[in-house]
Amino acid sequence: MVPTLVGRIQTRLFLLAVVGGIVTALITPLLPADLPMAQRYQATYIVLAAVAVLGVGWELLYHLLQQWRWEKDWPMLFGLVTLVPEGLLVWALASRDLLPGLPGPVPTPAFVIHFVVVWLIVWLVANGPMRVPFIHWRFQGGQLT
Amino acid sequence: MTDVTDVHDITTRPAQESGPQNGSLPPTLEHADQWTDQMVAQTRIPMYDVPFVTVGGGMGSFLTVDYLRVAGGAPVSDIRVLSNLSHPWQTYEYLTRVSQLPRDKRIRSDSSSRPDNIWGFPSYAMQEAAREATVAPLLQVLLEPVFADFYTPKLGAVLDGIEREAHRIRYWDMLVQGEVQVVRRRVGGGYFTLIAPRGGQHPVTFRSRDVHLAVGYPGVRFMPDMRAFRERLGDFHHVVNGYEDHEHVYQALCRRPGVVLVRGGGIVASAVTDRLISDRLRHGLQTQIVHLFRTYYAGAHGPHGWARRRGSNGFAYQGFNYPKSTWGGQLRFRMRRMETASDRVRVYDEIGGTTTAWRRHWQRHLREATRAGWYRTQAGTITDLRLDGDALVARIQGPEAETELGFDYMIDCTGLDADMTGHRVIDDLLRHGGAGRNPLGRLDVEPSFELRGAASGMGRIYVTGAASYGGYFPGVDTFLGLQIAAQEVVDDLARRGMCRDMRPVRSTVEWLKWVANRRI
Repeated sequence: MVPTLVGRIQTRLFLLAVVGGIVTALITPLLPADLPMAQRYQATYIVLAAVAVLGVGWELLYHLLQQWRWEKDWPMLFGLVTLVPEGLLVWALASRDLLPGLPGPVPTPAFVIHFVVVWLIVWLVANGPMRVPFIHWRFQGGQLT
Repeated sequence: MTDVTDVHDITTRPAQESGPQNGSLPPTLEHADQWTDQMVAQTRIPMYDVPFVTVGGGMGSFLTVDYLRVAGGAPVSDIRVLSNLSHPWQTYEYLTRVSQLPRDKRIRSDSSSRPDNIWGFPSYAMQEAAREATVAPLLQVLLEPVFADFYTPKLGAVLDGIEREAHRIRYWDMLVQGEVQVVRRRVGGGYFTLIAPRGGQHPVTFRSRDVHLAVGYPGVRFMPDMRAFRERLGDFHHVVNGYEDHEHVYQALCRRPGVVLVRGGGIVASAVTDRLISDRLRHGLQTQIVHLFRTYYAGAHGPHGWARRRGSNGFAYQGFNYPKSTWGGQLRFRMRRMETASDRVRVYDEIGGTTTAWRRHWQRHLREATRAGWYRTQAGTITDLRLDGDALVARIQGPEAETELGFDYMIDCTGLDADMTGHRVIDDLLRHGGAGRNPLGRLDVEPSFELRGAASGMGRIYVTGAASYGGYFPGVDTFLGLQIAAQEVVDDLARRGMCRDMRPVRSTVEWLKWVANRRI
């Protein structure tokens, strides 16, 4: 899929909500955090929501960078390595208590595991299986509507 | 070579029984823009009713029919493929083979651009990784194009997949072999498609609601200098087109040294040049290569930083035939939004020009040959081609001066013939079918690939492939472009009630059938 700006944003929001939501539901109980279950879920879904909301801004930046590419594409590798700046930003906000709704400090190992696992699975789905149910998606720059 | 499989025989009872007619069109039909049922009946040409026919039978027809069959609601009996080909990849395989891409070589196509799988998943890289038990193809896809060349599939894998899919959708049950002569509008709606079946049988007519046309390029392009040379001297041996079988050139160069003039900057020129270089290196030959570019790219080119394409040593570089965003990215959307033809032409100019792929092993070979002095590039156009004793001499008009070059063989890689009137059916549609040309001279189509001006009652003609180049979607003459066009056509057919919509559940179910190789 070669994204358009609208497609980028739609794909991010959809995949984080559906795939990210399911993955978060499954791995939250397994994360190394000394918190009650309700607070664990609250923390992981707040982080997930932050990735989605902040991501809209990131997508604007990626779209701008994409304009310098003749092909106007976004190689698979870029979609993977952008987890580093995005993860660092969310972590910086979470560790400074700047993410509204967080129940308390988020343990670093739990954050890293949750963030990386969700990112990898969303990235893998976006680079293949997504095309199966949504057969128009890849030819529409990632737009779902 | 691929086996030729059984071909549909016209054995079902026609709507009208056979008459004695044979050969060209009867005058009553020849001159009428629209035919009535009665006019056809009077000629006693056998008539068959089928809702949808596709004319061409190459990759464009295959991809459209594949999509239509997968979408569901259109059984085999509702579709006929009218073609002079026995299998859809016949022309494609011929052209790739003679242009130095045999089955074990990699074609210029993306990993997820799969003509045998409308979902593009699993990709060719995944398939190759699984088949050969290696992660190398997956790593290449991960690192492309920044740290690795674009992954491209081997021709053999592509063709094997198409053959498998063709069997799965029962392609040969839909195929009628012969030469399509005309498609004419029917009074009351729909179309008549007249075909002269193979083997000199009487012509027959298919009466359909809709017609799809994907006839490809009319033929190989011969530049005027080359045509004049061949006509004057009758020499088809020393001056060849890259899309003609020219194996004799490589064989001759193995026997004695020679100078080869390669003309063109596209992927075929790259493949031909690499074959010449590889042969010299492998067999210790003395071949000299002169590479002539009409447009010489010395470096990156384009009006500004957001529209700059890589180039060097004459070549313009691009991963595939068009920028990747053509196939569903921002370029596709930008073009689709442009209502004025002049705006679209401006974009075609912007992305135009012949390009080739940057491949590391090709670059290595070019560097080595250039350093050793037996490969050199030159900018210019040939103004005259003549024979001087045993050698050929070309007068070349360069950017500054005119020069003469002596050589033994010329391999012209300037492409295929783009004049669509060279195809009989298209020419007839322009004269009788209400079809018009777009600003680039090919057929004027809607974003849905419906041929403008050719509607007939509730019937529509759809044109995909090379004939529709110049419209709202630029990448028409590529695998993925044909697939996108097929999607547009089938979506339109679904809106018009011929087949089902490809919604998520249906798409997933059909994909599972594809995985299981279940016949549909």
